[in-house]
Parts: sequence; structure tokens; C-alpha cells
Amino acid sequence: MAVFLAGCNMEVLSPKGDVGMHEKNLILIALGLMSVVVIPVIVLTLWFAWRYRASNTKATYAPKWSHSTRIEAVMWGIPCVIIAILAVITWRSTHALDPYKPLVSDVKPVTIEAVAMDWKWLFIYPDYGVASVNQIAFPVDTPVNFRITSATVMNAFFIPQLGSQIYAMAGMQTKLHLIARESGDYDGLSSNYSGAGFSDMRFKAIATSQQGFQDWLAKAKASAATLDLPTYQALEQPSEKVPVSYYATVAPDLFEDILHKDMGGNPAGDKPTEGAPMKDMSMQGMPTHEGVAVAASHNDHAKAAE
Amino acid sequence: MFGKLSLSSIPFDQPIVMGTLLMVAIGGAALFGGITYFRKWGYLWNEWFTTVDHKKIGVMYVILALVMLLRGFADAIMMRGQQALAAGGAQGYLPPHHFDQIFSAHGTIMIFFMAMPFIVGLMNLVVPLQIGARDVAYPFLNSLSFWLTASGVVLIMLSLFVGEFSTTGWLAYPPLSELQFSPGVGVDYYIWALQLSGLGTTLSGINFIVTILRMRAPGMTLMKMPVFSWTALVTNVLIVAAFPVLTVTLALLGADRYLGMHFFTNDLGGNAMMYVNLIWIWGHPEVYILVLPCFGVFSEIISTFSGKPLFGYKSMVWATVAIGGLSFLVWLHHFFTMGSGANVNAFFGIATMVISIPTGVKVFNWLFTMYRGRVRFTVPVLWTIGFMVTFVIGGMTGVLLAVPGADFVLHNSLFLIAHFHNMIIGGVVFGCLAALNFWFPKATGFKLEERWGKWSFWCWLVGFYVAFVPLYLLGFMGATRRMQHYDNVAWQPYFVVALIGAVIIMAGIGFTVLQIAVSIRNRDSNRDLTGDPWGGRTLEWATSSPAPFYNFAVEPQITELDQFWADKEHKRAYPRHAHYADIHMPRNTGVGVVMGGFATLLGFGLIWHIWWLAILGLVGMVGSFVVRAYDRDVDYYVPGAEVEKIERERLVPLHKLIDQVGAAPAEQKVA
Repeated sequence: MAVFLAGCNMEVLSPKGDVGMHEKNLILIALGLMSVVVIPVIVLTLWFAWRYRASNTKATYAPKWSHSTRIEAVMWGIPCVIIAILAVITWRSTHALDPYKPLVSDVKPVTIEAVAMDWKWLFIYPDYGVASVNQIAFPVDTPVNFRITSATVMNAFFIPQLGSQIYAMAGMQTKLHLIARESGDYDGLSSNYSGAGFSDMRFKAIATSQQGFQDWLAKAKASAATLDLPTYQALEQPSEKVPVSYYATVAPDLFEDILHKDMGGNPAGDKPTEGAPMKDMSMQGMPTHEGVAVAASHNDHAKAAE
Repeated sequence: MFGKLSLSSIPFDQPIVMGTLLMVAIGGAALFGGITYFRKWGYLWNEWFTTVDHKKIGVMYVILALVMLLRGFADAIMMRGQQALAAGGAQGYLPPHHFDQIFSAHGTIMIFFMAMPFIVGLMNLVVPLQIGARDVAYPFLNSLSFWLTASGVVLIMLSLFVGEFSTTGWLAYPPLSELQFSPGVGVDYYIWALQLSGLGTTLSGINFIVTILRMRAPGMTLMKMPVFSWTALVTNVLIVAAFPVLTVTLALLGADRYLGMHFFTNDLGGNAMMYVNLIWIWGHPEVYILVLPCFGVFSEIISTFSGKPLFGYKSMVWATVAIGGLSFLVWLHHFFTMGSGANVNAFFGIATMVISIPTGVKVFNWLFTMYRGRVRFTVPVLWTIGFMVTFVIGGMTGVLLAVPGADFVLHNSLFLIAHFHNMIIGGVVFGCLAALNFWFPKATGFKLEERWGKWSFWCWLVGFYVAFVPLYLLGFMGATRRMQHYDNVAWQPYFVVALIGAVIIMAGIGFTVLQIAVSIRNRDSNRDLTGDPWGGRTLEWATSSPAPFYNFAVEPQITELDQFWADKEHKRAYPRHAHYADIHMPRNTGVGVVMGGFATLLGFGLIWHIWWLAILGLVGMVGSFVVRAYDRDVDYYVPGAEVEKIERERLVPLHKLIDQVGAAPAEQKVA
């Protein structure tokens, strides 16, 4: 079995970062612990069925026997013990692996804002003022802080080889903290079905050296495209199999604006005002004051979850 | 006049759909013509459509479930075919819009219109017999429940040919299922098919709770009630507690779509997370609604064919009750990745694991029922042993998914798909097919052929592993669910193997159909003359096969858990009575089928915004109900003399047989 598994590329079982490594170990420990009871049960099932087959008249037949306090104590006891152990592991690991919890590291983290769109991923690097579609890069051994939302329906942000996934939801911000220990191009995807173009909602996560990361940023900076309001609005239109693209500059606070935007029947900037500052975007398509208040409370909700 | 409906709503441009339509049309015409030619309409109407007999309603549920199994499986194998093809740059043969409808329909149909009708059908068939009742508490309501379920089926089948089905998955998460992102009629088909059938299910739940609590034979205390009836009781309590939540959730989604409200929209204060919570507050108990009665089925089978009472009956009952209670405390494990805090996730993770304790106890109970027994490897037993092995594996992967840290990498992956098919196929489908083989003689009066039943079992068992082990592995490779195509060609061999597994399962389904057909043809050589073909232990085997319409000529008196077994042991089974009293019975009524018909019109009108039709449907439904409510001629008495005649016809030859071969004829014969 082990050889067989090693033969194929089990992304989840060959993690390249701390979070994924912890999760892989957790999976193996939990499976091992449960095997202690599951394998004997399977063996006993087949053995009892065979041993006490009707044609085997040599086996003891106890047609009235249906109760044994001792056996019942054991059969309640064993699952209780296993689950008690597993519960302790679960409590600890769930806190250790909380996706919202920043990773402990001396290295200054890179922040990436991820926006699920129909059907592509927009990534914004607020500290560097660049953005990209369907590709991210970050240095190895550096914590990456993801802030995630959706400009459309629910999606989930997931890079299997680095570990945890988390939902992307409109009007709400979720957080994820990952780190890569080996450089490589890792597959990223939406793992929550989001409509017709869902299957191509994939991106590459490039874990590279510090120099490689700087080169990647320079490449983005050198791009002719800029992510201003009209570009964003064009990007918001549903599209499939979207090629990788880079944006040299990003309108300030774009992520916040997407987060607070009123999605409703009035996609933000339905009728964009020429040259309007991006800040105003969040006010467009918000017909009532209540909408603003509610959108704000969403944000609080997501924060409360932290 | 016709709302959104026009000729262009029929997908003429889709050859697969049109081909299916053609086949359905030809098949339907043949069926219709056949019934007309053989003048069976009157028989169908009088004996079946208008029946309030729980046994016949049970049979209709099971037939409905088997038909929908074929439909749901057709969807499954199309998906497997698509994913086996669509690797690398290939797009397969199903465009996203079609593929998305298929996986949405597959899940919806298999849960709501295959598994649910099968389970409700089994409860109908068995529970009143097992508790010594003459019928359910509300026979007309029972008929109405069935026809409401049937109207849901009609709507969901119509969606294949008129318009489209939902492309939003079997739970229709908003905001994708909101008007903004799904403007077509697909989600509306989903909503109304589920609302109508869900209403039927809720009514069934009420009906069975009352039946089990109020109509047990004298002396049958709750702790002397057969274990299948216990699981049915807990399941129906879960139905009554959970299904209204589904109804309200879908009503709120409907309000968003029809009335411009914003419960779950992205804007104006809507909150999709609320829907996800609500739907799973129904959805998780639903899993236990399906599987608990199957636990009951396996318990009855393993005890009967081991020739022993069930080991640890009290443990089994309490384990069932515990599972029922806990099933409402775990819904959040379906979305650990939504960003709840670690405390919340850990709580729901541990609560989920706790369920595995009573479930594990059940497995040990079945094990020790075989221990020191005389296990006869009949088809129901094969299903049971196949279930025990398969189910513990599914339980293990389930507990793994209950660990939030593990779920963070396995959520929504094909590992998850493999896990829940492991439980639903290994638990529910195996349970239903075991029950079909076990209780078939009680419903029809003749047994199913063993040979094709065994073929079916082995194909299902092998097919299941061949189809789903690759999905477990794909989950570890990072393959997610609901992909219309994928880039990673290394996955393709696994999908091809999974397709082969699905083909093997298809053979299993084929053998079940063949088994039923051959058994019907050879029914005379498989007659169950005693009413007790397996050496049964509980009351349903005390009466004839098929059971007379009044079930029991004289109300049984209960002193034992395995009453019928004890009666046989003490040679007091099959009592002949000097006097038979008149029996009070409910009269057949066509109101259930008429209301079901109006419900279909109501649903169709709402789906297509044909308001006059919707009003007609609603008024028709309410009107028929009012008419029924004022009908005073709803029952009659079977004269004692007629009962005596029926009983004599059965008992005189039966006693001759018993005198010839000993007290427990069936058991001797089988052993």
C-alpha cells in the first residue's frame, strides 16, 4: 500500500509547508488510531460469519444467548477510549491549525489579498501595489497572510500542497496563513463549486527564493496593465480559462471596496463615473443607508470569527 | 398565458436529452398501451392508486424508489463517463451546463427520490405488521404522503425535458442559487419538487410516530418492540424535527427568488452563511433518517439468520436513541472551512466523533449476534456482512473528516465524495436491497430468486470498491468534486477505474432487475405458503404472505421481545380461533391521488410563473381536502364470517403442514 501510494503524486500527503505537514501527520495519526478498532472488527466479522456458518455444526450454537454485561462493557468502552484520545488530539490540533492564526516566524510575512471572481482569482499585493490574475508568488520560508473574499458566489481558496483551504464569500473576509518550505509551482484551485466556469478556476502558487520573488514583483511592475476601476469592472464580467496577467498598479483600497461592495442587482460601478475615485465605488449601488450598515456588520461578523 | 414557458424551453438541441425523451415516450406509450389493452386501469385505480393499505402504499414507494434508482444511476454513470474522458485539454461529451445539471440531479434524486421513498416504503410495509397493528394511524394521510412524493418525482422528471434542472448542486447553496446567478427555472424545479415531497415526508413522520406510540399490540411495551420499529420511531422523530427546517429554508430561498427578498443574497443584508447552517441542520439528521432504519433492517436480518435473538437489544435501542439525539449537534462539520473559530470547530468535530461510539456499539452488537449462531448465507445476510465490512471503513473516513485539521485539506474533495458514498451505498443502499430480499415474500407471497440476488450483491460490492477507492485516492491528490474537466492527466487512470466500478455496479442493478423479473415469472415455485419463509422472530412473519388486508385477524397479545419465535417454540403459533370479530377498516379514497395531481399543477405553475395554473392547483388541493374532510363514509367493517373464511383457507393447510414436518415448518425447511 505504501509503495502504491508513493508511486503516485498524492499532493495532500506530500506537503511542502508546515501547515500541510501538520495536517498530513494528523490524518495518518487519526487513521492509525482508528485502525486499532476497525481492522479487528472487519476480521472478526468475516471470521464469525465463517466460523458460525450454518453448515459448521461443530461450532457451538447458543440459540438463547443474547446478553453479556462484560462484552457490552467492553464494546462501549473501547470506542469511548479511542474517541477520548482522538478528542484530545482534535481539540489541540484544531487550535494549532486555526487558519486565522498567524504563523510564528521571525520573517516578515507577505500579505496577499485574494478575490474569487467568475471564474478566476484576483490577487492583490497591498504592500507592493501590484496585482495578478490566476498566479501568485511568494518567497519560501516566509509566512503568507491571505485575506480572502469573493466578488461573486461562494468559492474556496485551496493550495493542496501547502495545507488548509477556506471559503471565499462575498461581503465577508476570511483569513488563511500558509508557509512554503520548498520552492515549486503548486496548483491552487477553488474547491467549492461556483458555476459553469468552475473547473478552470485554477491558479499557480509559485514558492520561490527571495530573489525569485523580487523578480516576479518586477515582472508585475513592468506590466503595461493597471488595475483601475474600468479594468476591474471588465474583469468582473464572467469569463473562463483566464490567462495569467499582471497589473503594475492597483487602485488603493480595492480589496476593501470589493469587501464592502453591494453585490445585489447593481454590480458596483454599473454606471461608472469617468475618473471617479475608487473610494466612491462602495457607495454606488447601495440604495439605502441600511445596506451600508448591514455590509459593515458582515465584516464585523467575519472579524468576530477571528 | 404560459408564463416563462414556450416551445424553446424544450431542449431540442441536446441529442442526449432528446434521445432519452424519445425512449421515455416510447416506453411510456408501451406501458400506457399495455395497461389499456389488458384493461388494467380499473385494477390499478381501485387496488393501488386509491389504496390506503399501508402494505400497498409501501410497495408503491419501493417501486418508485427503484425506478428513481435507475434515473439517478444513469446520471451517475454519465458523470463517471465524463470525468474518465475530460482530462488534459479534453472536454468530454458533456458541456458544463449539462454536466452541472447532472450532478445536481444525481444527488437530489438519490437522496430525496430514491433513498427516502425506499425507507418510507419499508417502514410502511413492515412497521404496522411488526407492532401488530391493522394499519397506520392515518391511512388517508399516508396515501396523500405518497402522492405528494410522487408529484415531486413528476416535477423533477419533467425538468429533464421541459426547461432545465438546477445547476447548483444537490443543496443549492446561495448566492449561486439566487436569481442573480441562476435566473433559469432549474432552481425553481428543485425548490418545488422538494417542497412537495418534503411535505409528504413530514406527514409520514407524524403518521408513523402516532402509529408506533399508539397502535402497538397489547403487551408490547417500548422495550418489547422489534428493533426495526425502534429505528423507525427514532427516524420519524428526526423527520418531524428536521424536515420543517428544510421546508422553511427552501421557503426563504423561494422568497428571495419570487418575492425579491434578501435572506441569502449578497446584498441588502442577505447572508448565505445562514442558508448553509439551516440546510445542514436539516441535512445532517437526514443522513441518520436514512441510515437508522437500515440499521434496523440489518439487526432483524442478522438475528433471524443466525437463529438467535439480537445481542444486546437494550444497547441497540439506546445507541439508536443516542445517535438520533446527537445527529442534531453536528451540522457544522459540513463547513469547518467557513472560518468559524477553533473552539466552534473543535466542539463540532468532537461531537461528530462521539456519534461513532453508539454506532460502533451497533457493529459489535451485530458481531456478537453471529457469535455462537447458525448463520445461513442467504442474500439478505450477504448484504449485511458486506455492509458491516464496508460501513466500518466509511465510519473511519468519516471520523477522519470530523477532525477539522484533516477536513481543511479533504473538504469538498473526492475523498469526501468517496466517504459519503461509502456510507450511503454501504449503509443505505445495501440496507434497502437487503430489506427488499428479506421482506419481498411478505409483500408478494413469493421469494426472490437467490441466484440473481447473489450476482447482484457481488457486483454491487466489488463495483463499489472499484468505483470509490480511486476517489479516495484522488482526494489525496487534490482532486475536488464537481469538475467538468481537469488538467492533470495523472488523475485520468483513476477516473477510468472509477468508471469501470460504475459499470460493475450497473451490472449489479441489472441483476436486481433480472432477479425481480425472474422471480415474478417463477413465482409459483417460490411461493411462501407459511408466511414465515426464513424462520422469523417477529410478528410480521406470524401472518400470511402476502399479509391479508387486515394484517391480523385477532389482535396479537405480546409477552416477549421475539414474540413469534416464542410462539413457535411453545407451539402456540398460528392459533385457530372459534370466533372472529368484525374488523374495522378504512375505505379506499381517490383524494390522495387527486391532491397529488393538483400539487403537481401547483408546482409546475409556480416554476414557470403560470399563475392561473398555480392558483388552480392550490384551490384544487385545498378543495379536495375540504371535500374529504366532510366525507363521513371513510370506513367499514369486515364481517367476522369473511375473516373466518380467509383465515380458514390459510390455517387448515398450514396446520396439516406443521403436523407433517414439526412445529416450525419454515425454519426446518430452510435449514
